[in-house]
Amino acid sequence: MKQYWWKILTVALLFYTFTAGLLIKVPRIGNLEETIRNFFFHVPMWFGQMILFLLSLIYSIRYLRKGNLSDDVYANGFARTGILYGVLGLITGAIWANFTWGAPWNNDPKQVAAAIALLIYCAYFVLRGSMNDMDQKARISSVYNVFAFFIYIPLIMILPRMVESLHPGGQGADGNPALSGQDLDPSMRIVFWPAVAGWTLLGVWITQIFVRINYIQEKKWLHA
Amino acid sequence: MKQVISLVKKDILLEWRLQHTFFGILLYTAGTIFILYLAINDPQGPIWNGLFWITLLFMCVQTVAKSFLQENRNRLMYYQTIVSPIQFLFAKLIYNTMLMIVMSLLTLILFSFFMGAPYIHFLQFFWITLAGGISLTLLFTLLSAITARANQHAAMMAVLGFPLMVPQLLLLLKMSKTAFGEVFQQNVFWEMNLLLFALDGLIVILSFILFPFLWKE
Repeated sequence: MKQYWWKILTVALLFYTFTAGLLIKVPRIGNLEETIRNFFFHVPMWFGQMILFLLSLIYSIRYLRKGNLSDDVYANGFARTGILYGVLGLITGAIWANFTWGAPWNNDPKQVAAAIALLIYCAYFVLRGSMNDMDQKARISSVYNVFAFFIYIPLIMILPRMVESLHPGGQGADGNPALSGQDLDPSMRIVFWPAVAGWTLLGVWITQIFVRINYIQEKKWLHA
Repeated sequence: MKQVISLVKKDILLEWRLQHTFFGILLYTAGTIFILYLAINDPQGPIWNGLFWITLLFMCVQTVAKSFLQENRNRLMYYQTIVSPIQFLFAKLIYNTMLMIVMSLLTLILFSFFMGAPYIHFLQFFWITLAGGISLTLLFTLLSAITARANQHAAMMAVLGFPLMVPQLLLLLKMSKTAFGEVFQQNVFWEMNLLLFALDGLIVILSFILFPFLWKE
């Protein structure tokens, strides 16, 4: 129970997200209509991705400080799940955009930034794949990972806010009216935050499984 | 500081003796511009702007790539015994910046000569070119070190660098619109300058923190 209580919590939170998220009464805002429920699925992907990349950064820093190879395996795993969340976020976003903005891809600055963030982290895996020596791989990719995170943050947090965007928060936002931060309707909020927690925990869970598989493979490799 | 200066001197001397690298890159840039000139004669402002930054970007990769890739393993080991990583990186940053300033200006001159000069405010565009050249150099210097340490070629540097330089490039493209006569509020231009320098500062700080980890074997 001590070990896996958070997995039960994950299942409970996601169960709540899927049921309450699809059943509660949602406010009618502009042309969003019922698609507003996507808010419980699309937005937590980006929260989750940011937290997963942050964890990846922390493990990379730990590797650089202590030189423990298992930290690098974790950093790798979190980055991988972060990319998965990014892909899911883009897909849910594209579906949403198709209904509200008229096309799946609108060249919106946030869409572009999110796609570039994926490229940055894909380059991390290209770099990893290019080296065979395990220590060299861990050290150099950790350095890149730290560097990448600090470019990723301005890319998704600062730049899209400086230009006109269909997303809320951009300048002259006439795409989605008032669906951000403080303006969030209380009835939305009671589902939204549990959804964020649930999806993030699921990301951690996926990473844990990935790391364990990686360990088994390494072990096989070491014994052979 | 003395070591930094002598390292920079060494790089300049090396550049002077091995002139084929400098002129090779110059020829590469001139060739690119000439091909663009043949393909798109006299482009409009936005196209000109886009082509210019892409050319500068490719030139920057070529210029900065050799800063670490030209150092062979044995020579790096020798450096490790005589200077600290911070000094070494500092010297490389200074040298690359100097080289890139020269290269950016030559690119600007060549580009204006062949492709016409649709910008309205020359001085402003001149300044943006300098700032852009320096910003890209700072970013690619650390990536060059990473690539060299991973025993990879310049192509890997482009793979790692292109997504990472997008924030800077977006800012630069937007900034250069002012030079093409698009009117912003005056403070917006300076805000973008400030943001670009904040990004540059961040990259330099990160480089100094991270480079020692690449330095030791």
